[in-house]
Amino acid sequence: MSRLTIERKVLEKNDAIADDLRKSFKGNKIFSINLVSSPGSGKTSLVEKTIANSSAKIKIAVIEGDVQTDLDAQRVEAFDIPVVQIVTNGGCHLEAGLVRDAYKQIDCKAVELLIIENVGNLVCPAGYDLGEDLKVVIVSTTEGDDKPLKYPAMFRNSGVLIINKIDLVPYTGCSLERLKANALAINPSLKVFETSCTTGEGINKWCDWLESKIIK
Amino acid sequence: MHELSVANEIINIANQYIPAGNKSDILSVKVEIGKLSNILTDSLEFCYEALVGDTKLKGSKLIIEEIPVTVACEDCGETTIIENVIFQCKYCESTKVKLVTGNELKVTELEIND
Repeated sequence: MSRLTIERKVLEKNDAIADDLRKSFKGNKIFSINLVSSPGSGKTSLVEKTIANSSAKIKIAVIEGDVQTDLDAQRVEAFDIPVVQIVTNGGCHLEAGLVRDAYKQIDCKAVELLIIENVGNLVCPAGYDLGEDLKVVIVSTTEGDDKPLKYPAMFRNSGVLIINKIDLVPYTGCSLERLKANALAINPSLKVFETSCTTGEGINKWCDWLESKIIK
Repeated sequence: MHELSVANEIINIANQYIPAGNKSDILSVKVEIGKLSNILTDSLEFCYEALVGDTKLKGSKLIIEEIPVTVACEDCGETTIIENVIFQCKYCESTKVKLVTGNELKVTELEIND
């Protein structure tokens, strides 16, 4: 009987493509974010608000990931900025290879901020590096304040937390303080923003911060 | 999450390590799965068994070594095993901690009956 030592990462193919993407983003001075959340937290609404607020100041491109339809890309197209839709056909997360193919369709010289909107899912996208500078996790107040504790990997792996739908707090049992405390217990370095894509509250602060990250 | 594609990737990697002309049974493939990697081990075992029948690894067992979430404290240097998802040093209560283990998703060993 013999034992062979292997020591290989299961997701090594994904990681290698993500590293290539990271180098390309850096080379083209693109700041990139990977937007993750459960379905219906307001990822696309936040993308729309961000474009409306900042596209006169910075050059934005969007990669949309969905299980089916190009509805999100249609919403973004209305703003006349580059957008590529990835349809995963059942796949529960974006992988680096899919992002690479979409990225090829974008004129990367004309982009300063690349927003990658992942498939709505707080589990699987946590494990897949897309070459992004930063994961931005959105939780909406209607989901409840316990979400960080239930999905710790996503909150641990993210750099920014956006608490969306704060206009609905009076109608939910969600405590913003408890939500923040839960998230910060998992990841104290999370930068937290509170927004409402309906009233526009907090969008300026988020966009100012995002604009400050653009690579000059 | 996507245990089926993870099982498939494990089989692909392990296959590459079977010596050329091997006639012996492959007994097991060992993997390390970190508790933060969002893998359901029962589901991974099920998927492995479902996929392995058509490969050179037929009949082999998947041995899963679950790796706890551990962090190193940047203030006092101690290591803490995190069991309740609160990322804090249990010695000095600092929250300035660095993840040491828990994200593993690795193929580590192949056992051959030769």
